[in-house]
Amino acid sequence: MELLYASCVGLLVACGVFLILRARTFTVVLGLTMLSYAVNLFLFSSGRLSLNQAAVLGYSSGYADPLPQALVLTAIVIGFAMTAFVVILAIRGRADLGSDHVDGSVKDKNEKVKV
Amino acid sequence: MIQHLTFLPVLLPMLAGVILLLPPFGSKTASRRITSVLLGTVSFLVSLALLLKVQTEGTQVYAVGDWSAPFGIVLVADPFSILLVCLTTLLGVVCVLYASAGDDEKGSFFHPLVHFLVLGVNGAFLTGDAFNLFVFFEVLLIASYALLMHGGDKTNTRAALHYVILNLVGSAIFLIALGILYGVLGTLNMADMAQKVALLQGDNVFLVKIGGLLLLVVFALKGALLPLHLWLPNTYATAMPVVAALFAIMTKVGVYSMMRVYTLIFGEEAGELSHMAQSWLWWLALATIAMGAMGVLASKDLRKLTANLVIVSVGTLVALAAVQSVEASSAAIYYLVHSTLVTAALFLLADLIGRQRGVASDRIAAGPPLYQPKLLGVCFLIAAIAVIGMPPLSGFIGKVWLLKATLNAEYTFVFWPLYLLASLAILMGMSKAGSTVFWHHHDKITEGAKQECVHPAQLVALVILISGAPLMSIFAGPLSEYATGAAAQLHDFNNNINVILSGGQ
Repeated sequence: MELLYASCVGLLVACGVFLILRARTFTVVLGLTMLSYAVNLFLFSSGRLSLNQAAVLGYSSGYADPLPQALVLTAIVIGFAMTAFVVILAIRGRADLGSDHVDGSVKDKNEKVKV
Repeated sequence: MIQHLTFLPVLLPMLAGVILLLPPFGSKTASRRITSVLLGTVSFLVSLALLLKVQTEGTQVYAVGDWSAPFGIVLVADPFSILLVCLTTLLGVVCVLYASAGDDEKGSFFHPLVHFLVLGVNGAFLTGDAFNLFVFFEVLLIASYALLMHGGDKTNTRAALHYVILNLVGSAIFLIALGILYGVLGTLNMADMAQKVALLQGDNVFLVKIGGLLLLVVFALKGALLPLHLWLPNTYATAMPVVAALFAIMTKVGVYSMMRVYTLIFGEEAGELSHMAQSWLWWLALATIAMGAMGVLASKDLRKLTANLVIVSVGTLVALAAVQSVEASSAAIYYLVHSTLVTAALFLLADLIGRQRGVASDRIAAGPPLYQPKLLGVCFLIAAIAVIGMPPLSGFIGKVWLLKATLNAEYTFVFWPLYLLASLAILMGMSKAGSTVFWHHHDKITEGAKQECVHPAQLVALVILISGAPLMSIFAGPLSEYATGAAAQLHDFNNNINVILSGGQ
């Protein structure tokens, strides 16, 4: 289970980083979303992966740590708000700058840089 | 009520923000402005009251919801953090007052956003919990995103897009770092983390080291340390100057977090990991100073020049943080207050000068003369002397103090010449800017400039910030005593742990 989980997180991070390094805002936003998925999964696993355990501290020998779950919940909420903001900002950037390039201008091999 | 005083600097700006969104203030401009300034002043006074309480009764620890540390979240008001809270609330009032002259109408929700930003910054200064620090970072960031866009144009949108994307990546790295640290240490309370770090063995040491250095990346991004500083000049120069003045405190949040985390958690007592970030911080800080000084010389307008001054001040503070001695930290505390006030004042001045010069705006080039050259000239002179670090103002005291504090540091023979050369560069940049803007003009005063006469609210705001420099010089004695006390407490590992973990009663 650990191997599967870790490869999922790793793959998501790799895709996220690749997409963030692209030049268009849409792919960058997708990359940010993937990265935040990866981060949420990673944060969840910081309480160790366990099956069928009680979710509270008690007299039982094994338990599922409830704190990372609370942290993930917070991170999801914050990440959601931030993603919504960056989507709106990207749309406004597209309108204001006339292009969805992150720098606002497109570089073409044959053309000179348009500002 | 009095036992909740520690929480009020976080609670009051939030209430202020919410109140200002409600109908009677949401629609009427005049009442909104007055209420906003009043509520900001109340926050400032409450912070001062808390500062006095910390002075007389020692560090205050507030357990939120009465969940004692390390299980619950604690807010810790020690001399260092509460001083910065006072500084933030003061800056909040000043910016609100300045914007009341008309800037707040260029977009929507200016006043609530300023109060939300102050809420986030205060929370980040006060919190004693690493995850809570992340949450307050996000609060201040989302307020700053919206403020950055306030009354903006095309270049502003582009700078904001870069800023937002960078900070979202930064937040992701922050969470990964916290996940690693929690996974190994099993706690997020900073004092408890500090205790557990000292006991680490085997592979866990390396995991925590990775987590700690990832945190360094995040703080370096917020504080604009060298490889991650590229966002700052454009962001600050395209934001509305009053917003940029408010942002003067935001880089300091990054520096403050660095000082906290790398003195408390990875400081003297951290066993194998003690001082692990020091070598990184020192060289990056020196490079940041050099880069900022070159930026000052190359700046083409006053706002960009001030943004580069912010970078120099960040470099200086981080270099002091890297020395990790009580004296260096006390110099850093004094310098931090000084540099925040003076860079904020310079941003406001750049705005006022730009308005009176019509099309030339705040560019450092010949243009129409100013309508009120004497008033603005005197203010600029005071701010310039303070920021360069010439006697008799606060910059000089800060500079002498920090040079003395780094005297025994390793590689001080690199720091001294570099820092003094950077000061020279700032001197040259500021004198060129001042003489060009104030003396080098060719046209007559434009009609537009006469209408841009300095508004009384703007003048009061500017005078409050400018007067910081002479006041910090006159009261240098008590202030340096305070700073030394605060730094001593920052470095007193056992006392910090005991107070925080037994506190909340």
